[in-house]
Amino acid sequence: MKKNVLVRLSRFLRPYGFQFLLLLALLLAGNLFALAAPLLSGRAVDAVGIRAGGVDFPAVFWNCAGMLGCYALSSLLNYFVSSRLIRAAQAVSHDLRKAAFDHMSELPVDYFDTHPAGDLISRICYDVDTVNATLSTDLLQLGTSVFTVAGSFLMLLLLSPRLTLVFFVTVPLTAALTRFQMKRIHPLFRLRSKELGALNGFAEERMGCRKSIRTYGVEEADLELFDRRNDAASRVYYDADRASASLGPSVNFVNNISLTAVSVFGALLYLGGGLSLGSLSSFVLYSRKFSGPIREAANLLAELQASAAAAERVLDLLDEEPEAADPAGALPVERLRGDIRFDHVTFGYDPARPVLRDFTAHIPAGSLAAVVGPTGAGKTTLVSLLLRFYRPQSGTITVDGVPLDAYSRDGLRRRLALVLQDTWLFGGTIAENIAYGAPGATREQIVEAARAARIHRFISSLPQGYDTVLTGEGISKGQKQLLAIARCLLTDADVVILDEATSNVDTETEGEISLAMERLRQGRTCFVIAHRLATVRGADRILVLDQGGAAELGTHQELLAAGGVYAQLYAAQFQA
Amino acid sequence: MKTILGYLRPHAPRVAAGVSIKFTAAVLELLLPLLLAHIIDDCVPSRDLPGVWRAGGLMLVMAFGAAACNITANRMAAWVSMEMTRQLRRDLYRRTLLLSQAQLDRFTVSSVVSRLTNDTYNVHQMFDKIQRGGIRAPMLVLGGLALTFFQAPPLALVQLAVCSATFCAIWLVTRTGIPRYTRAQEAVDAVVRVLRENASGVRVIKALACQERERARFTAASRAGREAEEAAGRIMAAANPLSDFLLNLGLVLVVLAGAALVNWGRMASGQIVAFLSYFTLIQTATLGLAKLFVKYSKGAASARRIEEVLLAPEDQRVRLPEEDEQPGPELGMETVSFSYLGVEKDLDGASFRLNRGETLGILGPTGAGKTTLVSLLLRLYDADGGVVWVGGRDVTALSRECLRGRFGAVFQNEALLNDSVYENISFLRGLSRENVAAAAKTAQAWEFIEALPGGLDARLDIRGANLSGGQKQRLLIARALAARPGVLILDSADSALDYRTAAALHAALRRDFPGVTLVIISERVASLRGADRILVLEEGVIAAQGTHQELLETCGRYRRMAELQTGGLT
Repeated sequence: MKKNVLVRLSRFLRPYGFQFLLLLALLLAGNLFALAAPLLSGRAVDAVGIRAGGVDFPAVFWNCAGMLGCYALSSLLNYFVSSRLIRAAQAVSHDLRKAAFDHMSELPVDYFDTHPAGDLISRICYDVDTVNATLSTDLLQLGTSVFTVAGSFLMLLLLSPRLTLVFFVTVPLTAALTRFQMKRIHPLFRLRSKELGALNGFAEERMGCRKSIRTYGVEEADLELFDRRNDAASRVYYDADRASASLGPSVNFVNNISLTAVSVFGALLYLGGGLSLGSLSSFVLYSRKFSGPIREAANLLAELQASAAAAERVLDLLDEEPEAADPAGALPVERLRGDIRFDHVTFGYDPARPVLRDFTAHIPAGSLAAVVGPTGAGKTTLVSLLLRFYRPQSGTITVDGVPLDAYSRDGLRRRLALVLQDTWLFGGTIAENIAYGAPGATREQIVEAARAARIHRFISSLPQGYDTVLTGEGISKGQKQLLAIARCLLTDADVVILDEATSNVDTETEGEISLAMERLRQGRTCFVIAHRLATVRGADRILVLDQGGAAELGTHQELLAAGGVYAQLYAAQFQA
Repeated sequence: MKTILGYLRPHAPRVAAGVSIKFTAAVLELLLPLLLAHIIDDCVPSRDLPGVWRAGGLMLVMAFGAAACNITANRMAAWVSMEMTRQLRRDLYRRTLLLSQAQLDRFTVSSVVSRLTNDTYNVHQMFDKIQRGGIRAPMLVLGGLALTFFQAPPLALVQLAVCSATFCAIWLVTRTGIPRYTRAQEAVDAVVRVLRENASGVRVIKALACQERERARFTAASRAGREAEEAAGRIMAAANPLSDFLLNLGLVLVVLAGAALVNWGRMASGQIVAFLSYFTLIQTATLGLAKLFVKYSKGAASARRIEEVLLAPEDQRVRLPEEDEQPGPELGMETVSFSYLGVEKDLDGASFRLNRGETLGILGPTGAGKTTLVSLLLRLYDADGGVVWVGGRDVTALSRECLRGRFGAVFQNEALLNDSVYENISFLRGLSRENVAAAAKTAQAWEFIEALPGGLDARLDIRGANLSGGQKQRLLIARALAARPGVLILDSADSALDYRTAAALHAALRRDFPGVTLVIISERVASLRGADRILVLEEGVIAAQGTHQELLETCGRYRRMAELQTGGLT
């Protein structure tokens, strides 16, 4: 059983605890001013008197001025408290979002392969927003209600302890009733947040294949799938609402019963001589004071449930297992020579189906190693292992003779520069995207890298040049690859990994880039995965992967002469 | 807001019923204190014990009735707002699907995602809150006002003036608040964008060890959201205290005016006291209304954002063909120009013709306009000038239905679904498993699909993350082939394939799709050399066209490419 959501949330509330308490105190003060005003208005009415022409105008004016002052102060305090409360709630929400995101960025890559982005968005955006609404307004309401109820109850106790017994029946009854309903409702609210997340996940995913949807004209079929999820999400949303619809009224019902009980028993007490008529009427008046705040508070119960469920989803994200932290004594990585060894490495995303089987290879420092092989042979997997996205099931990988695990993870990654098959750009300017791996780069360096990557001319042709904000469209995949290469050129990494980095770039441009690459390679180990064999011909050693193991190793000439897998792949280029 | 309110219309009877029930509940609850007063004021002094029991019993019945009515009305309100939101979300999604690519580029995907999720949620909240709380408060205000007019008309005038001033104040606050909430929702768009980018770019971000910078980026986006929400909140927080103060000011005015009236002998001071108690009732109700307006302004800002998408005009109209229109080629262009942003021409004066069953190859440097050219053929965008021919007709005269099923296309950057292999290939078209398997075989994907646990039913991770780049690409090719289209467009569909697989793919295409009209974009001369016509694109212009042999002889660029790729062996 998980701990109570409030306990889990407390670490986010604690920094603002004092502030919240202070604001509640100010709220109390504001309410006191509001309560003092009716006293003054009573005095003003007294000063009016009952005779025509007998009004004590100075007294009326003074009391009215007093009322006005009280009301003004109360309103000002009220405004101050609620705007501060909104601020504090926003601060908590920001912390919560930030913590969720910070944690998300520590999660292993495969988390993102199995959890839709839409669901993450759902948690971090509106689940947090739901919590925020509770903190910024519901809390205020709850505070006011509690004050009023507590104050009135105190007065009741003073007036007639015996009659208060009625509340010793109804208050626990309310508590039990609420608890019972909440228990039933809670899972419904959880389900509702979950289904909304799933719906968002679906919508987000479909935005990624809109061109296919359009080309194949399957909008209707897609809409039908959306409908199904939309209906499901709406149904559970309603289920939660329906179940919680009784929450407020039932609390109110008990309250009305207690009001009835008070009047009836009060009347009986009076008739039995146990209570004066004055006490009875004040008692009834004060118990009526209960009704308003209790109704307000009862109506909040459903919202509290919704935000508890929402908070849980955010907190659950925070409980996801992050990538293993660096062990104590992890080697900080200043510089690598780049001597890479795979030693009997076996790995499969699903351990039952290994992609690499007992794979062994050595890439000496400073060399250019090329990896070729049919698709699905495990080439990208090699890169993933080197970057420690995954750990091999057996065998070791060493860099400069030190096992990968011994390095600080981010330190190691910083010394490796890579351009992946799937390029990634974010919605910043082109300059920011190029300088992504090298935050300190000057505009000159950025332009130089872009020139070397043969993308400078394209960038210059844009109206905003390097300050063009990328939105995803209007830029081809090849251009994205060139930007990724420019990004890589700016880093000072010791090992350069190019995984199909130029697969969508035309041969001529690729040839021009290779000059820049040549310079980049100076004193670095370079690891190239490519299908175009023209790209890999110049490599010091070519590693041919097939069926999860190293099939062949050698230079272009050696491998051609051997007449194996490589020679076949090479020949295929000219067959088409 | 008008469009959104239209969603209420079909539920009008239900809403009316809900309102009546809620009204009944409110009346019952307002009568309870009257009975209570009856017990204390009438029954107790006259020692009428049966009267006490009667009144008590009646109170119980009314309490029960009020609870039952409230529960029923709340459920009805929940149902109506759920139903409205469901319909609204459905229509929004539908409109999103039908948005033209240009419109989608303008809205940005992140913003559309956030409108589908966050904004519909805000509107739902608004519907719900207004239905639940929107009855009792106005009822009390109006009822209270009416009662006071019977009591003391001059004082009621004061009250009417104060109430009007209060509503003006609330309205002003709301009007100032809405644009701020709009900005807050735009800030949410930015948060959504960073989140999407981080989910899709996790490998690159981690590889560059840039989590720290992403965190800073997210923090900035989240902070901007926080500030925008705060700015809106600061405004809306004024609604309650401001109206509270105005109403209290009214209270003071009532006392003063009352004092004057009493002094003239027009009124008894007892009336002032009675009047004040009604006034408090109205005050509470008005404050309740002010609270509703806070919900309303957030909801209204979101509603407007949803309407922007819903009401986006259909910008790709289907033109009625003219009588004397000459049939054009199966596929072709006539001096077509196009620009994404309206600044640089991304395609300029493109002309070519292709007959049915022929193959078109497109080659050219990165950014030369290859993808743009096929996007126009598929009518993802409309050309700025010139004519695009598909199936012998001007593409602007072809409806979506006419275009549907004509094409099979592999796009760059297209994502696979988090679904089964079968569904990824069949892609909502409900194709038979035989067709899907046959397409997978042609696409050279069958071998690895068979090796997956579950075969065609194996489930892919998000974006197909559990497949290699080449495997993903072959599934997309199979998707394009599965419905046996008349025209097949392969945009760099072999970029992640090794040469052997690519060669096998092209051979299988020729074997299994003999009559297909084929458009191939490729960086590889080897993939294009068999084409009937090859276009060499340069900076949006068709620099040369012809067959492989012709281009080898006439086009220097083509020859260079061919030589580079084959190492000068041809």
